[in-house]
Amino acid sequence: MLKGHQSWWFEHRPMIRAAATVVGPEEGRGPLADDFDIVHDDLRLGQDSWEKAERAYLEEAGKLAIENAGLTKERIRFYVGGDLMNQIVSNTFAARTWTIPYIGVFGACSTSMESLALAAQLADSGAADFVMAGTCSHNCTAEKQFRYPTEYGSQKPPTAQYTVTGAGCAVLSANDGSGGPVVTSATIGRVVDMGIKDPFNMGAAMAPAAVDTIQAHFRDTGREPGDYDLIVTGDLASVGYEIALELFRKHGVPIEDTRFYDCGLMIYDRSKQPVGAGASGCACSAVVTYGHLLKRVKRGELNRVLVVATGSLLSPLTYQQGESIPCIAHAVSIEREE
Amino acid sequence: MQFLWAFLVGGLICVLGQLLIDIGKMTPAHAMSTLVVLGAIVDGLGWYEPLIEFAGAGATVPHGALAELERDGPIGVITGIFEVTSAGISSAIIFSFLAALFFKPKG
Amino acid sequence: MANEKKKKLTKTQQEYQQLAKAKEPPRPVFKNCVRAFLFGGAVCLLGQCIMQAMIVWFGFDKEKAGDPTVAVLIFLSVLLTSLGVYDKFAQWAGAGSAVPVTGFANSMCSAALEHRSEGIVLGVGGNMFKLAGSVIVFGTFAAFVIGLIRALFGEGGGS
Repeated sequence: MLKGHQSWWFEHRPMIRAAATVVGPEEGRGPLADDFDIVHDDLRLGQDSWEKAERAYLEEAGKLAIENAGLTKERIRFYVGGDLMNQIVSNTFAARTWTIPYIGVFGACSTSMESLALAAQLADSGAADFVMAGTCSHNCTAEKQFRYPTEYGSQKPPTAQYTVTGAGCAVLSANDGSGGPVVTSATIGRVVDMGIKDPFNMGAAMAPAAVDTIQAHFRDTGREPGDYDLIVTGDLASVGYEIALELFRKHGVPIEDTRFYDCGLMIYDRSKQPVGAGASGCACSAVVTYGHLLKRVKRGELNRVLVVATGSLLSPLTYQQGESIPCIAHAVSIEREE
Repeated sequence: MQFLWAFLVGGLICVLGQLLIDIGKMTPAHAMSTLVVLGAIVDGLGWYEPLIEFAGAGATVPHGALAELERDGPIGVITGIFEVTSAGISSAIIFSFLAALFFKPKG
Repeated sequence: MANEKKKKLTKTQQEYQQLAKAKEPPRPVFKNCVRAFLFGGAVCLLGQCIMQAMIVWFGFDKEKAGDPTVAVLIFLSVLLTSLGVYDKFAQWAGAGSAVPVTGFANSMCSAALEHRSEGIVLGVGGNMFKLAGSVIVFGTFAAFVIGLIRALFGEGGGS
């Protein structure tokens, strides 16, 4: 049901039946390693190219999520997913393997929550009985497409982020009363562009979009920061996170009433890992949410979480043509049900 | 003695490149293109030859592939376009091609 | 000129950019320059040693020793790039690894390796100069222009 200007309120509280996360070696060295279902020690997975490896990560996550849900792929009504690759090929080729009716979306690193919001809407409105949302990213494919060949010796500035190698998928269904994490609302973000042009400083580009969506969420739902146990952004990382705090102060949002953090800062230990300002990539918010946060919700540590995935909507071409970086953020609230 | 100057001059040219990247906020490709244009100007002013005498590899190594171009003038550059592939560019092509046949990027 | 660019931004955008700039961790310029100096100097020193070796052991004369020296350095750079270690040096060395001819070789080799998955012709052949192309284009064009100027105005300054 429509709530306010740009949000959905899920009256039937669709449940996240199961989820699965698959990550790469660097993520396996991070503080959340034990929360991921599969940790690979290899970026290539025996494939001929990085792109095929990214696909393999996603296919594994999807297959496992469906298994964890006690279903078969024939019973999944729709798959909503996207990634960073041109023409979102990782997802289209995975959808080819799965033969599930496919809705491809592009939200850059906000795809996790964009797809979850859409999937929840389909489940809540009765348009689907079982629906899967998913996304993936890969450090090498992202470097190759957006920046430089992986063996190229370029020095990254301290604002640069490290793209997560991994995939996260979640299967949703109507609420059958069995308890567990449920999706209760979603806020679809607008494209926000503050004129930042530096592709090595995504955090600064994305922070305004995150704050805009969070404010819209509170306006539309009538909720306040204190209503949530935790609010996390997708991948603002250290620079974007600091800016977001400042923007909340400026706009008088009492973010201190809740815990506010960022998936990009949670997945790696910046003091030990060579990850610059922190993590980025579609998989960042996906694996942290589906791997780590859902477990905390199930354990009862968190009752109400708002995940705000953030994405930079640039392409290598727009950057070369002198354009700035438009960004977007999508928010989804996940709650615990007995 | 030339060894010391090779180190110092080579190092200083790299510092110039670093400043272009850090303060000029240029990408490596922009910085390198700028340096190569500056090198052409230095050569045009007749300062390049003495620099090579003085600093040896400190001057030629940063310029590597394009040193020959700078000495031949415009007609030389046009007519000799197929001779423009100096030792630097040729060996880079050959070795890189071989590398691509036998190695995969590690990420 | 900077003000003209700013005029295209709204006031909110301008204010935000100031905030973003204030929060941007500064690049360690001095540290980077010291590292670039040390690494770049060392590469050139290595080049100098190789050049001497070429003259003393292989009988090249001083004029001609430059070519095989550059070829050896390029070979070493391609090898280190293929083994996956050149980019690790580069994070430390910055321009010290990018500026010398070793950086040029690394840019070509890394592009060739990366695009092998698209085939030898279109992948390797078509992409090898992806990064190095600008340097070659500008080097050639600059040499042409400077040469033209010299030809028109005579050698050096003041005849």
